[in-house]
Amino acid sequence: MSSGEVAGRGGGPARVRIRVEGIVQGVGFRPYVHALARRLALSGWVGNDGRGVFIEAEGAAEDVARFQRELPGQAPPLAVIDRISVTAIPVLGERRERGFGIVPSRDGGRRTLVSPDVATCADCLVELFDASCRRHRHPFVNCTNCGPRFTIVRDVPYDRAATTMASFAMCGACAAEYGDPGDRRFHAQPVCCPRCGPVLRLLDGRGREVAGDPVAGAVAVLRSGGVVAVKGLGGYHLAVDATDAGAVAALRSRKRREDKPFAVVVADVAAARRLCVVGGEAERLLVSPARPIVVLPRHAEAAPGSPVVAEGVAPGEGRLGVMLPYTPVHHLLAAELARPYVLTSGNVSDEPIVHRDGEAVERLGALVEAFLVHDREIYARAEDSVVVVAGGREIPVRRSRGYAPLPVRLARPARRAVLACGAELKSTFCLVRGERAFLSPHVGDLESYETLLSFVEGIAHFRRLFGVDPRVVAHDPHPEYLSSKYALELEGVDLVAVQHHHAHVASCLAEAGEVGPVIGVAFDGTGFGGDGTLWGGEVLVADLEGFTRVAHLGAVPMPGGAAAVRQPWRMAAAYLDAAFGGTPPRGLAVRERNAGLWDRVVAVARSGVGSPLTSSAGRLFDAVAAIVGVRDGVTFEGQAAAGLEGWADPAEGGAYAARVEAGPALVIRGDDLVRAVVADVLDGVDGSVVSARFHNGLAAAAVAACALVREGAVPGGAGSGLGTVALSGGVFQNGLLLSRVVGGLEERGFRVLTHRRVPPNDGGISLGQAAVAAARDAAGPP
Amino acid sequence: LAHGAGGKATHTLIEAVFLEAFRNPLLEPLADGAVTDGLAITTDSYVVKPLFFPGGDIGDLAVNGTVNDLAMCGATPRHLTASFILEEGLPIADLRRITASMAAAAHAAGVHIVTGDTKVVENGKADGCYITTAGIGALDRGATLSAASVTPGDAVIVSGPIGDHGMTIMLARGELDLEAHLTSDTAPLHDLTGRLLAACGDGVRCLRDATRGGVATVLNEIAAASRTCVVLDENAVPVRPQVRGACELLGIDPLYVACEGRMVAVVAPHRADAALDALRSHPLGTDAALIGRAGDDPPGLVLLKTCFGGTRIVDLLVGDPLPRIC
Ligand SMILES: [Fe+3]
Ligand SMILES: [Mg+2]
Ligand SMILES: [Zn+2]
Ligand SMILES: [Zn+2]
Repeated sequence: MSSGEVAGRGGGPARVRIRVEGIVQGVGFRPYVHALARRLALSGWVGNDGRGVFIEAEGAAEDVARFQRELPGQAPPLAVIDRISVTAIPVLGERRERGFGIVPSRDGGRRTLVSPDVATCADCLVELFDASCRRHRHPFVNCTNCGPRFTIVRDVPYDRAATTMASFAMCGACAAEYGDPGDRRFHAQPVCCPRCGPVLRLLDGRGREVAGDPVAGAVAVLRSGGVVAVKGLGGYHLAVDATDAGAVAALRSRKRREDKPFAVVVADVAAARRLCVVGGEAERLLVSPARPIVVLPRHAEAAPGSPVVAEGVAPGEGRLGVMLPYTPVHHLLAAELARPYVLTSGNVSDEPIVHRDGEAVERLGALVEAFLVHDREIYARAEDSVVVVAGGREIPVRRSRGYAPLPVRLARPARRAVLACGAELKSTFCLVRGERAFLSPHVGDLESYETLLSFVEGIAHFRRLFGVDPRVVAHDPHPEYLSSKYALELEGVDLVAVQHHHAHVASCLAEAGEVGPVIGVAFDGTGFGGDGTLWGGEVLVADLEGFTRVAHLGAVPMPGGAAAVRQPWRMAAAYLDAAFGGTPPRGLAVRERNAGLWDRVVAVARSGVGSPLTSSAGRLFDAVAAIVGVRDGVTFEGQAAAGLEGWADPAEGGAYAARVEAGPALVIRGDDLVRAVVADVLDGVDGSVVSARFHNGLAAAAVAACALVREGAVPGGAGSGLGTVALSGGVFQNGLLLSRVVGGLEERGFRVLTHRRVPPNDGGISLGQAAVAAARDAAGPP
Repeated sequence: LAHGAGGKATHTLIEAVFLEAFRNPLLEPLADGAVTDGLAITTDSYVVKPLFFPGGDIGDLAVNGTVNDLAMCGATPRHLTASFILEEGLPIADLRRITASMAAAAHAAGVHIVTGDTKVVENGKADGCYITTAGIGALDRGATLSAASVTPGDAVIVSGPIGDHGMTIMLARGELDLEAHLTSDTAPLHDLTGRLLAACGDGVRCLRDATRGGVATVLNEIAAASRTCVVLDENAVPVRPQVRGACELLGIDPLYVACEGRMVAVVAPHRADAALDALRSHPLGTDAALIGRAGDDPPGLVLLKTCFGGTRIVDLLVGDPLPRIC
């Protein structure tokens, strides 16, 4: 923010022209300026245009100076000010305007920012439950400080006519509030009331309307064990009573989702506390306007009298995803059901969330007993965001509703507009104009056609919304990613391939507003290495423009490629074969459990057929999870690793030793860890201890590698003297590993960058790609 | 020059180099063979490791492959040529075995090998033996077959279980130390195509043998040429349990595994039943199955309706498959 104080301190009159950029439209910024100016008895005006807010103000010089000083300080809660620029202009004196006014919007190009969707605010919530208020139980109550934004916006500038509220004409009472600068609903674009707003309806599974109060009807269906499709902000959800085991099981089988955990909605923080341990940071996140799903540790035993969430909600998990209501409909359901309810994306398996009314009955009709719907169209999809809290810090897991499309500000602005196409799973894309990187909401796994379509449509929508016509397109070098193929087919653009783990590290740099160089630790599942192997346990010396691979885990075969990801026991087989020179000790349960295929899988690993080599940290976690006995197969990404983390006893201080060997690049000997795991497992050491020692050992090895790099141990001296480490990659969603690595690095005097705003997993890849492409483009042709 | 497993890399190579240099109307469709003056003409080179495998050897392949390319044009194969590149040191007994199986295959297909050529190269320059065959066949019916003529609604049929040949070869290399009772599906298909064309006539839009890159690659080519969307039903695709087991072990999708005696037939909707009856009446088509339909949207793509109710994109592979999972 640059706020030069222009007006002098003298007693004479002064006049300034002020421009405010950032998220300053649709958030009550103009009435705020209006009120501030009036309080200081200034004259002039404030208005919106395509770049943000413009102001002219005149008055006594000291009042004008105070106006400038106070302007950023008390801005409305949803405003995000990027920049304020002030110019002194000649005073009008006698000719000056009478008083301070709000002037009509000027359309000056499409450069304004769109706010993310915001949870119902405290004031609106009071109205929702106040029987004397005209918006009592109104499912669409909202104001300037809350309500739908991104998901209803068709175009900019942000005006009712460019939203899906355009078809609802305001009644007299709403129009009066909308036009009154003193009202909380002044220029709140989605403002409405029971007389003029959208209408909530209850339909049966075949789309026929059910008479009676729709919320009461939906609650009755939930209480009887039924599934209700609820039209939310960014799409349709499926809801069931979370305490009803039969209903949860029915939802799982209809949705064809085996055991990936569901999130639950509870009425408030007190209700969340009855289910889970809620620390300070977790509470802040739960009640934040973005209202993400917060993954919280469950109480070991349910408190007496508290509701018992069915085991099927998060089978075998010590944690539970909890979310507070974020629309009036969700509040009404929570209040009237009075127990936790599951809220999960309305889709089958891994397809994108259903968001168009026409598709809903067709695609979800067979899954539900009822639909709770309304006639305000959802324009853009946004799924619920997910965060975890580890060691008191927030780690984003999925960045979507409530966060997107808030831009990330790049330290190195783009010369030409950039589109970054992201990876394959947990896909996102990112558009850059100047210093602003607009990261899309979570799109999903691209291998499904519906998801690819939503990726392509999403890019078109973002291009229009932010007026970006990309000339530079960044992509992953993996030849089979559908996002890479999409990029390669674009015409008239310059393509930039950004190595997967370089993109991970760059995303961590980008969100911190840094450019490097740093030591980057990228631990993930797998990414295309470019040397014929798959990487994923990497230490890079990187800045935004380039990188050197300075250390990595030793490579082992992945027997059967993708099959080894679905069956972690295969990684156990490959690691044991490698770690024990072909003759692993007898008596390991993992081998007995998989005796039928074990020898063949080892043969596949040794042959190299369909078995690429990988240095992946995620696959090492899989191997250890299978050896310890957490699980042999997975139905969703990261399941085995998360399970292993869940087993670990955080009080255990022991750590297995792993060598870090010299070479062209340092090699972290993951097989050392596997041998140590095997020794303890055969000694009958408890899994909670083995898991913790493994976490601690891997963390220590990563820290040791960073220290060696800083000391200049890498041939050629790459990274010598660097004091900052950036941690990225999906493995760093593991709170225990993250805490151990951060602790070890800080102990050795490193400054550590971790993800706070975008996920460390592949959901952040597009931001990293964008930052790299922008930096390379700015540096010009080599 | 990247190695081609029949995927996108090979495609790009063919279009950028060969089509660019040789461009003419007969070559343009890049079909398995060309049709001109009432004749179908084709050529193919055979490189396989090992030379001998359960169910056949490079000799059978060299005859059946070229016979099949003619059959896919709707032609009756007549004459073949054969050209050999032999590596110094190839046991003469092996060569005899190869030529014997070529003779037997030619006899079975009712063709003669009418001319040929032989070169011997230094040890280490060829994997034992490479064979190139060319063939001509007679077109005795008017039906013109082309991938471009496929229209929305058409039925997509395979003549039998897929992937037998490719999986047999992979296991026969001996690197895996696996026992699986698998044999190559190598066979001449002209009799089968004859029966199908007799039964369905103009209703047959297009025939393709699913060799390199398997059924997935053939269907991608058909979808691209016809600007249709081929939608497959995962449950309907016939795969032998042994092949499925080996594919699962190796993490390979059977849709991409080569066949040497299986074809994809696309037929008009109202001829689908007649086509299946005709194919199933022949020993090489007893397990023929309707595996999907051509649709109109999105043009040029192949989609698979999975058992889980999702829709997966069956894309042309760029090279060897690498896991895409992070
Ligand atoms: Fe990754
Ligand atoms: Mg051929
Ligand atoms: Zn509000
Ligand atoms: Zn109203």
